[in-house]
Amino acid sequence: MKEVTVEATVESIPVITEFVDEQLEQYDCPVKAQAQIDIAIDELFSNIVHYAYHPGTGPATVRVEVVEEPLSVVITFIDQGVPYDPLAKSDPDVTLSAEEREIGGLGIYIVKKNMNEITYEYKDGRNILKIRKEL
Amino acid sequence: MTVEKKENGKEITLLPIGRLDTTTAPQLETQINAVLDKAQQLILDFEGLEYLSSAGLRVLLSAHKAFMKKGSGKMIICHVNETIYEVFEVTGFLDILNIE
Repeated sequence: MKEVTVEATVESIPVITEFVDEQLEQYDCPVKAQAQIDIAIDELFSNIVHYAYHPGTGPATVRVEVVEEPLSVVITFIDQGVPYDPLAKSDPDVTLSAEEREIGGLGIYIVKKNMNEITYEYKDGRNILKIRKEL
Repeated sequence: MTVEKKENGKEITLLPIGRLDTTTAPQLETQINAVLDKAQQLILDFEGLEYLSSAGLRVLLSAHKAFMKKGSGKMIICHVNETIYEVFEVTGFLDILNIE
């Protein structure tokens, strides 16, 4: 298990992505799974940046671990900002035309579709969001 | 991400290379906006694009809408890899954008 704590800013997103990619490379993660994980990081970390400490900023921790049976990577995002459950929102209507479309909610929807599991809990003053992707 | 540009009269091709995400999406948006008036046909060639997130979808949707509002011209996306295709598929963007 490895983790890194950074400031919840947009500038930290590439830092987190690189940190996670380094871990994944040790496990021969398929290119597609890695891309899907990187997308999930962008969606979930940018949520923390925009909502957790708005309009200020604060710390965010990202933890990476690899579990067996089935071989999966589990990434946990932890912040100490306001309680925010991204899974509480209903899924967007993906059948609307271009004019009617809004982007809100699409990011978390992509994550739900691309990951094998996503869970959220608020515990001890922390938002804890966990994703699991089978390798 | 870097964005290469090719111009052939009123056909303009932009090639974003790398990752289209929260950090890089504003860069592509600026490039698209710069050619919006001039381009009769805007080709977004995704040959060198690894993936895109919803921040990228936002830019593509707003560019698509801008072309519709303009009344003439067309935006086409080509050379989409499997990961990107699936993002377009699950979000319903396959039905909205012109993807070749």
